[in-house]
Amino acid sequence: MSAVAQPPLPERGTPARALTVAQSLRWQTAEFHERLMESLYGEAARLADRAVTRPGQRPRFDLDRTLDRIVTSRLWGFPLMILLLAGVFWLTISLANIPSSWLSSILIGTVYPALQNAAQSIGLPWWLSGLLIDGMYLAAAWVVSVMLPPMAIFFPLFTLLEDFGYLPRVAFNLDSIFRKSGAHGKQSLSMMMGFGCNAAGVVATRIIDSPRERLIAILTNNFALCNGRWPTQILLATIFIGALAPAYLAGLVSALAVVGIAVLGVLITFGVSWALSRSVLRGEVSSFSLELPPYRPPRILQTIYTSIIDRTLIVLWRAVVFAVPAGAAIWLSANITIGGASLAEHLINLLNPIGLLVGLNGVILVAYLFAIPANEIVIPTILMLTVLVTGTTGVGSGAGVMFETDASGTLALLTAGGWTLLTAVNLMLFSLLHNPCSTTLATIYKETGSRRWTVLSAVIPLALGFTLTFFVAQIWRLAGGAG
Amino acid sequence: MNRQALPAPSGMPADCADCPAHHAANLRRLGVDMQDWDYVVALAGNPNTGKSTVFNALTGLRQHTGNWPGKTVTRAEGGFEYAGNRFKLVDLPGTYSLLATSADEEVARDFLLFGQPDVTLIVVDASRLERNLNLVLQVFEITSRVIICLNLLDEARRHGLQVDERRLARDLGVPVVPTVARTRQGFDLLLKTIHEVASGRTVCRPHRIQSEPPELKRAIAEVQQEVEALFPDLPNARWVALRLLDGDERIIEAVRQGELADLASTITAAPRLAMEAT
Repeated sequence: MSAVAQPPLPERGTPARALTVAQSLRWQTAEFHERLMESLYGEAARLADRAVTRPGQRPRFDLDRTLDRIVTSRLWGFPLMILLLAGVFWLTISLANIPSSWLSSILIGTVYPALQNAAQSIGLPWWLSGLLIDGMYLAAAWVVSVMLPPMAIFFPLFTLLEDFGYLPRVAFNLDSIFRKSGAHGKQSLSMMMGFGCNAAGVVATRIIDSPRERLIAILTNNFALCNGRWPTQILLATIFIGALAPAYLAGLVSALAVVGIAVLGVLITFGVSWALSRSVLRGEVSSFSLELPPYRPPRILQTIYTSIIDRTLIVLWRAVVFAVPAGAAIWLSANITIGGASLAEHLINLLNPIGLLVGLNGVILVAYLFAIPANEIVIPTILMLTVLVTGTTGVGSGAGVMFETDASGTLALLTAGGWTLLTAVNLMLFSLLHNPCSTTLATIYKETGSRRWTVLSAVIPLALGFTLTFFVAQIWRLAGGAG
Repeated sequence: MNRQALPAPSGMPADCADCPAHHAANLRRLGVDMQDWDYVVALAGNPNTGKSTVFNALTGLRQHTGNWPGKTVTRAEGGFEYAGNRFKLVDLPGTYSLLATSADEEVARDFLLFGQPDVTLIVVDASRLERNLNLVLQVFEITSRVIICLNLLDEARRHGLQVDERRLARDLGVPVVPTVARTRQGFDLLLKTIHEVASGRTVCRPHRIQSEPPELKRAIAEVQQEVEALFPDLPNARWVALRLLDGDERIIEAVRQGELADLASTITAAPRLAMEAT
């Protein structure tokens, strides 16, 4: 090894160089120490002054603290929460109708007949044009026109609240109830995610480190109404419950009905968590600290853009992807006949007694079978099957065809299908309380690695759903209500 | 429904040994038994802020405590166990600054710099916040994994002072835990916070001073570049630059001897930060 000659000037990256530079700068910078200390002390004084309130001095007004005191107060916390939610739904319901009918007049009023004509002119066989246009295209068109407007209004509004920093405060409000239910306080956060998508909510339970409490959060996540179910709730509330009120109150009443279902879901979450933590998932409650982030003025344009791109279009795409094959399956089941009746009719007749017993009907139960991949297509499927059963003409144009309809048309059709207020109320309940969609089930299986818990996560809500709708139907009929 | 039909799936442990609630009330004071520690916690702060009271409460040792500044001049060590992890707690002499003009300041400063604690707990007197923050800001230059233990809250309240610990935490960028060490008030949260910062579950982003005059800033930046060229992995190059500019003999020596290089390589060779997969 040869000795390396030291260069005359220190090279960059050697101790000598660094020391020389520091040395020369030290002499160039007058009173380095004093001035450094000065800025340090100044900074310390500034920080201390912001945090400390002296005797006789009014606490410094802090918007965050004041807001927190209101939105997390014992008295105002919950009413404010419900008011905000109701406001969001009221806006959604009252604004969504206009673009909805506009979309359906284009997609179903104009494009649909044009497609049919085109199919006829190139001589497609009836079964192929039926499958492609009456089945697949109409299913997709229906989902787009029904779901896009409410989602495009609801998601940005919800995201604005989230962006503002309100959701952690909701979690804070709910925390103590979760703990009393024997669950982890962070479950309130995974539940918030579940209000968007249950599969995402199930993944979000990873923030809970105790396996026992995480399982509770996974098993109860389905009780948070997800994207796929909000439109069902909003539609039913609008045409059945809103219609009971005078016109100027209709929007508000429907919004409150939807909020009522969402709140019921939260209450059931508490109840089931409580029951689980006292039976199969017994154990201690862990403590955790929840950081309340500072409030930030929401970035409105950016929020609208990202929530439309990220949430609305992605959810819509998923709905369309599931609706297209489902549309094909529905059309096939309505057009393949065995012994004089179609496959769908056989199924409906088979399930009708059970359906009627719980205040629903066979059509609804069959629709829920078709909708296992995605809750989004429940309403289109119900309408299509109702046409089939009632033999209504003029609205649709044949077996297995989804058709153009607006709120009043839907009401007329469903009434013809034997629907009453009870059916609508029970469907709203059943939409809250039934098995999670197949995506969520797959996620639950992936997260728990257990068939048992996955099955249980479907069995619990189904059992609750049938029990609740059964009792509502019995009480309704005892009280002399129609149905 | 048959309850027997639903046994715990294979993924779930039979007991709840890894559940935080299980440990919350289960601090084990280990006294001087410090074998096989998982994390090192340094206890720093101004003199007479209750560091030794905190130390005793956590380790079960009976370090002499006295209500006068300068009681602890060398470092004392003890251990405790919490949430399945063994912590070594090092009580540093109380200092007003880390400029190492006296022996006790040097003990504290050297330990923070060369001892590589996983967490530095700074005990702060809530009734004399401004003076205490001088030290806090200096520690921030050396290490970022800091927790503020806002102690003597009872005394501050008696003086009619209100400290908004949430605002302080937000401004400082590190956790602030309000405590009354003598009555062990706030210790549950303190232990939990220590565990979270040590395990990397809570990430601190300490506030850095930006109010130096431009001339100083330039000089600091220039020397900092040199230090970074010399020790690319050093996490606190800015602080070393400050000390070089201030003519700190100990640090000049450390740069010359390459002690800081060893420090940098131990940091990169053995990262103890166990980030949680999300």
